[in-house]
Amino acid sequence: MTELRVQVEGIGLWSPQLTDFDALRRLLDGHALAEPVARPPTATLSINERRRAPESVLVAIEAASQAVAMSNRNADSLACVFASAYGDQATTDYMCRVLANAPTELSPTRFHNSVHNASAGYWTIATDCRAPSTAVCAGHASFGAALLEAAAQVCADNRPVLLVCSDTAGMGPLGELIDCRIAFGCALVLSPFSDGAALPLHLSLIPETSGETQLPQPCKAWMRDNPSAACLPLLAMLARGVGQCVLAASEKLGLRAQMEVTA
Amino acid sequence: MSVTTLPLAVTAYTATSALGLGLDAHLHALDQQRSGLRINDFGDAPLPCWIGRVPGLETAAVPDDYAQWDCRNNRLAWLGLNQDDFFTQVQAARERYGSARVALFLGTSTASIRATEEGYRRVDAAGRIPADLHRPAIHTPHSLTAFVAAALGIEGPCLTISTACSSSAKVFASAERLMRLGIVDAAVVGGVDSLCDSVLFGFNSLELVSPDPCRPFDATRRGISIGEAAGFALLERIDANPKASLRLLACGESSDAHHMSTPDPNGRGAELALRDALDRAQIDVTQVGYINLHGTASQKNDAMEAALVARLFPTSTRISSTKALTGHTLGAAGIVEAVITLLALREGFVPGNAGAISPDPACTAHFAWENEDRPARIALSHSFGFGGSNACLAFGHVRAGASP
Repeated sequence: MTELRVQVEGIGLWSPQLTDFDALRRLLDGHALAEPVARPPTATLSINERRRAPESVLVAIEAASQAVAMSNRNADSLACVFASAYGDQATTDYMCRVLANAPTELSPTRFHNSVHNASAGYWTIATDCRAPSTAVCAGHASFGAALLEAAAQVCADNRPVLLVCSDTAGMGPLGELIDCRIAFGCALVLSPFSDGAALPLHLSLIPETSGETQLPQPCKAWMRDNPSAACLPLLAMLARGVGQCVLAASEKLGLRAQMEVTA
Repeated sequence: MSVTTLPLAVTAYTATSALGLGLDAHLHALDQQRSGLRINDFGDAPLPCWIGRVPGLETAAVPDDYAQWDCRNNRLAWLGLNQDDFFTQVQAARERYGSARVALFLGTSTASIRATEEGYRRVDAAGRIPADLHRPAIHTPHSLTAFVAAALGIEGPCLTISTACSSSAKVFASAERLMRLGIVDAAVVGGVDSLCDSVLFGFNSLELVSPDPCRPFDATRRGISIGEAAGFALLERIDANPKASLRLLACGESSDAHHMSTPDPNGRGAELALRDALDRAQIDVTQVGYINLHGTASQKNDAMEAALVARLFPTSTRISSTKALTGHTLGAAGIVEAVITLLALREGFVPGNAGAISPDPACTAHFAWENEDRPARIALSHSFGFGGSNACLAFGHVRAGASP
């Protein structure tokens, strides 16, 4: 199968106990986890927007901001792919509760926050970005499928792309059913492969959806408790600077990601 | 970024909406300018408005093999897949290329949220979604695509695109990229959105729902009429299908960077998507014979869009919205209007802008207020969504004996 070659220019990460990529490096180096924090700082949003935006948007934008800062690129010209397996579950829970009891009392702001592309909308408004943006999902394969989408944009259109994948804890009857228990968001800035890239990445589609990965115990728990944490094998590989991993990209397909060895 | 697109053959396509099941029903309704809108009779306490409803979904369960996915949205998907031999043509493509060489990209704004809404209305004594709806497969935005992938036996890349009302236009762009890169040989694209309280009461909360049937580009338009629909298209390489006369020439995309629920009144984002499509297809505005507008009948969209076309196109480019016929089918609007655009190219006519009684004075001579007998070689379809997500599709018609 055809292979896609890209490079990683920026990495962002936010969850209550991993508030950036360095925190993952420290964990992989054997350091103890920090105490959980409640909310991401999300300095990219204005104070007003930060107040209006739901947690799902704050987590996505925090991860995105970190990755773009590391890449030294301008956000206003970066195409972006926002992925989330479940979208904003707290907003969905709110909507369904109000619709079941007093539908005409639905809040218009919470309705427009309910679209799956809310994070993409807030992000492009905050960064004045008119480049293409999209919002996608693929169940538990959301991260891998979105990585394929983003890498395809990089390779087909020869442009850098911001990829963000995030989910937040479920609430109410929907939360009980879905079983997503923590907030977790990650982001990558990907760009066309060039010789001498610090973090070259080789992606190929394979007919398997998982592979062997050595990860510390907390990572496995996060992967169980949030579908967006499926990025962890890839982020751990990027932190180590070597190796390969397999990410589910659909029910039947996987994406094998390998660090390219550069001369 | 100047990147041309790989033109693709549209080898099969279909739509199911309030206008009926399949292409013939749509063509007939377009020809007669017959609206599918009816007084809202959806749910227990319907808002006073008009809707585009597909009849019979209440009693048309999906086959038992797919019981975990049964819900209104997936029933509509199943109904749509079974029109115009679409199912059979996908099976043939799967056999031709191998099921892992066919991709699936579907757009939806609310997927099967109606099942979640119903679960909340009927929570059991423990506050849980009741047993008959306690199925994780339908309480996720990927419900539609997972179901269709299983039903069609597609084993290539599968992705749900959910960018509100541009969702099922943007699927064409994602499919084209994978085909241009050689990752797949064919792609099924499309979208399905079905009626639910979230959108009826949601758009109502934003005061965007018209109490009358919607009147796109009318001087006294009062908002949208919400509809439901399913639509699909099969994309293949032209070299493998040289006789296919309908082609996807390009898909342009952009963001507004303006507001979550209203378009940039200057149309800057919409213009970027339009120019992206024209650049990729390597065509200029004089070659565009018809544009199927987004034309929702909201005050702001229609004002922005009429001005956008007026400043960019010659009046030989004919334009119209068909949402007064179908209703605004939200995440399915992109594919439904792509199908209408393909029918207009195939049949050599321009569908009239239905619904407008007294046109907005801002509307220029570009508007086709009635059907026009006018073959076009190239036509566009606009889709603009919440969050400022814009897409513009360019389709071409190659007549027998003509060079591509």
